[in-house]
Amino acid sequence: MTEGARVAVRHLGMRFALQGRPLVALEDVNLQVREGEFCCIVGPSGCGKSTLLRILAGLERQSSGEVHIEVRDPAKPLTAMVFQEQSIFPWMTVEQNVGYGLRMRGVHASVRKRVVGHYLDKVGLAHFAGAYPHQLSGGMKQRASVARAFATDPEILLMDEPFASVDEQTRALLQEELLRVWEGERKTVVYITHSIDEALVLGDRVVVMSARPGRVKAEIDVALPRPRSVYELKSTAQFAELVARVWEPLRREVLASYGELAS
Amino acid sequence: MTVKVRVARSARRGPARFLEGVAAERLISISSPIFLLLVWEAVGRFGLVDVRFFPPPTAIADTFARLVSSGELWSNTVTSLGRIVIGFLIGAVPGLILGVVMGLSRFVRAALNPMVGALYPIPKSAILPLLLLVFGLGEASKYAIVASGVFFLVLLNTAAGVLSIEPVYLDVGRNFGASRLQTFVTIALPGALPLIFTGIRLAWGIALVLIVVGEIFASQSGLGYLINNAYQTFQIEKMYAGLIVMSVIGYASFLLLDELQRWLVPWRGSRAV
Repeated sequence: MTEGARVAVRHLGMRFALQGRPLVALEDVNLQVREGEFCCIVGPSGCGKSTLLRILAGLERQSSGEVHIEVRDPAKPLTAMVFQEQSIFPWMTVEQNVGYGLRMRGVHASVRKRVVGHYLDKVGLAHFAGAYPHQLSGGMKQRASVARAFATDPEILLMDEPFASVDEQTRALLQEELLRVWEGERKTVVYITHSIDEALVLGDRVVVMSARPGRVKAEIDVALPRPRSVYELKSTAQFAELVARVWEPLRREVLASYGELAS
Repeated sequence: MTVKVRVARSARRGPARFLEGVAAERLISISSPIFLLLVWEAVGRFGLVDVRFFPPPTAIADTFARLVSSGELWSNTVTSLGRIVIGFLIGAVPGLILGVVMGLSRFVRAALNPMVGALYPIPKSAILPLLLLVFGLGEASKYAIVASGVFFLVLLNTAAGVLSIEPVYLDVGRNFGASRLQTFVTIALPGALPLIFTGIRLAWGIALVLIVVGEIFASQSGLGYLINNAYQTFQIEKMYAGLIVMSVIGYASFLLLDELQRWLVPWRGSRAV
């Protein structure tokens, strides 16, 4: 194992049975994420990137290979996940939602209140602590979801296209907020997205996955300075060059995934 | 565009233009039953219907007042309500618990589905004779008939409610380390609550039906007995008094259930979840 790797994925394979037919979702995936690294994974639809994240989260068990997450503090939860779809509970207020992970870990109510208050502040939901999700916009719900994950202070943060379903302007705002919160803590993050822009804006490194069966196709280091500003960053020549470097390997995989759909 | 606006405006020039919307509706809602009572009274007085079967409202009101002052109506109402509530709880609590377990566990579902499927369609009034054999003529058989109807409705709706919970919520529970009990209390139960309430409302309606059936066939007390006894002794006004109380109980209890739902399911708000 490479020194300093916080997450190490080795020869990972995942097979499903889909309507009686075997389906290889992941094949021989190898990946290492360093401590404090913001690692973005892009890939064509159906390449198994969400499956990879679910395996890291302990929600699925791989068919072969191994996943190693280094535990630095056994008192902390191993992972906390921000889901793609709306995942904050409709039956809890924003405050209860953000405090859910802490409550499950038996954190005392007074400590919980303080931590939850801190993160509600950070994502701009302080005034909505007592609101129910049906009173919030899609972007606010995802803010609460991000706050819920950060609040548990996990060893590893996992994010599965958390901003995929919000409009573009809101997405840029949410990305800026996420960067602000993350740059304050420098947690190890594995972030799934299908947007090259998003991957480059957020990540220290972009991992390109192949069409099904998913494999690691390319890895591109993003040596853009931090703290980053989403809009300024996108207009730089360096950014445009990085987009091209990620798009090159990804394009072939996207075409390959179309080919598979057509056949 | 402009055409649409014009159409919308012209529609407002309805017959109740001098009484705007809500006030007009309220007036109609209050006056229509009064009008019906007046017609009823009139057709009775003028001999257009047989007053032995359709006594005029004033005669029913007289009897009603007499039954209230004698305490007969009150004691029978309390008896029936007590039986409904106890029978309801005996049926609903196990139905709720088993329903959540059925919703969460494929194996429990596989084990219980055949039995539920076979027993649920039997009209509960049809098993009254069996219940009388088993539980006798006392209170127990009344609780049993109500509980038998309530149990299945709460069970099936609760299980359906748990099954309708988005899988991602259960994933969140697992990812954040919720125990089985915590999953039950923080996800399965509240997630199923809207449908559980549907089950409770249906079950309450069935409970009102079944208690009357039980009391008509095998009881010397309660509103069902009062109604049936009035019929057999040809005290038709008294029968109507019993029906009025049933109507009031039904109406009031559904208002209470609405209120309870607002209080227990506050996240439903004005918009659907």
